[in-house]
Amino acid sequence: MRTSIREFTMLNLISQARLERIQRGLDIWRRFLRRRSAVLGLAILLTLIASSIAAPLLTPHDPERQKLSQSLIAPSQQFPLGTDYLGRDMFTRLLYGARWSLAIGFLAVALGLAVGVPLGALSGYYGGWSDLIIQRLADILLSFPGFLLALSLVAILGVGLQNVILSVGVSAIPSFIRLVRGSVLTIRHQMYIEAAHSVGVRDGRIILLHVLPNAMAPVIVQATLNLGTAILVAAGLGFLGLGVQSPTPEWGAMLGEGRSYIFSASYMATFPGIAIFLAVLGFNLMGDGLRDALDPRLRHL
Amino acid sequence: MLRYIQQRLVAAVITLLGITIIVFLMLHMLPGDPARVIAGLLATEEDIIRLRKQLGLDQPLIVQYGHFFGNLLRGDLGISARTSQPVLGEVMARLPATMELAMISTAIASFFGIVGGVIAATRRNSFIDYLTSILTLFGASMPVYWLGLMLIILFAVQWQVLPAAGNEGPLSFILPSLTLAAFSVALITRMTRSSMLEVLGQDYVRTARAKGLQERGVLFRHALKNAFIPVITVIGLQFGTLLGGAVLTESVFGWPGLGLLLLDSISARDYPVVQGVVLVFSTTFILLNVWVDILYAYLDPRIHYA
Repeated sequence: MRTSIREFTMLNLISQARLERIQRGLDIWRRFLRRRSAVLGLAILLTLIASSIAAPLLTPHDPERQKLSQSLIAPSQQFPLGTDYLGRDMFTRLLYGARWSLAIGFLAVALGLAVGVPLGALSGYYGGWSDLIIQRLADILLSFPGFLLALSLVAILGVGLQNVILSVGVSAIPSFIRLVRGSVLTIRHQMYIEAAHSVGVRDGRIILLHVLPNAMAPVIVQATLNLGTAILVAAGLGFLGLGVQSPTPEWGAMLGEGRSYIFSASYMATFPGIAIFLAVLGFNLMGDGLRDALDPRLRHL
Repeated sequence: MLRYIQQRLVAAVITLLGITIIVFLMLHMLPGDPARVIAGLLATEEDIIRLRKQLGLDQPLIVQYGHFFGNLLRGDLGISARTSQPVLGEVMARLPATMELAMISTAIASFFGIVGGVIAATRRNSFIDYLTSILTLFGASMPVYWLGLMLIILFAVQWQVLPAAGNEGPLSFILPSLTLAAFSVALITRMTRSSMLEVLGQDYVRTARAKGLQERGVLFRHALKNAFIPVITVIGLQFGTLLGGAVLTESVFGWPGLGLLLLDSISARDYPVVQGVVLVFSTTFILLNVWVDILYAYLDPRIHYA
């Protein structure tokens, strides 16, 4: 069978594009690995995730069963990080707690991305009224300083796992709107978008296939850094007793419980804080590393 | 410049209006009947009906918002469900404590952030630069409330040199303001360092060095002045963020400010006070942002705003 010259070049171009994409992926990975701090961040996170999955193998205790005869035992051979006021092993609770804290972080950021990226893309691509409305909306959400937006939302919605994810997720939305809008604004006027327009590609397809993929690098970096922030905020809510409720071993709630015992059993407050710190540090290190690997121009983020 | 200020102010007014709508709707987004929620579990059916009438909850939403907004303009934030006192008075009584804490923390954060950032930038890739970047990373990754507890354990429980809670006397300011400042120090240091590095690479700095100026003169007379512009905006924005962050710090140290009032009101379901505090926090934050934007435009005449 005879392949026309046109088909032949097309096939060649496609396979070459695929090769180039793989090549670029490898380059990014190599640049990421070259930064020791980024690798350290990845290692911290992988360790936390792996140990939370393998928790039943790593510890003989139950994270939620109370044993009052063993309450408030200081760190020892049997209980490496001590026991809490209800006799539960702290180490066990921290291992299982990673499941909750990390899952809350991932789900909240996923929510922020799912709402923020499309809104940002629409806002940047179409401009005009939709841009104005979406931007004012982002303005309003951004004018609750820091922790206050999530706190206000929880005050309305009430405590519990779902509401924490919702509150932290919603407070992550505006930063993604802003970021994606900014990138889309610069991409919109590129030659290849004009080219796609001129051969009659529809707007939706252009946004999905041509604009968004090119706007993704800063979004990935921001999402990684936001995972750290989301964990901090969710743990803050837990600390105040407004997050996931007892007996669930969520890190923030554990820290909140430990707070009443700082005079007698200070380890109860110390270790959950270290766990939160390590997770957030991991995401911060990895975000910095990804930024350098994906696009060295993004240093200001 | 004047047009830019005008535009910024108009945007701020729109945002403020949006905030009032959201804060107004807070009460209506609560699960269940707002009158029943406010009245509490022990209220009788008549109480609830009376309250509904008293709060105007039997009227259309838009009319209710009109009332709410009209009252706001007159400085009437409603009545606390817990104490039956005007919300405005309760909020204003707590505001100074939070402001003092935020201002002292901003001062601490600015001082250490700028000094650290300048040292790190002028001795790039030295041990001190390395140490600073590790410390800023730690500061940005640490839960502030945990840092607060650790400071209490060290200074109030172990060594017993500083009070653990409350605000009596200047000593009681030390731990809360250090706690609150930790995150901002990290941010301000980073900003100062990168801004300094950028300025130090500019032509006019090279010129200053080439004409034989001493390094100190180059730094203080030429570099710092321009490097400060972005740093000042970060400090301004951080002050607003500190107000929000004060909620956790105030909770840890039992600091009788707005944040603690907010938390107490949330757990007591005293929604008028919750609305009032949120409104005061976000209004302050918006006004601060506008001010910082205008200051930025004023300080950096290179920037032309359309």
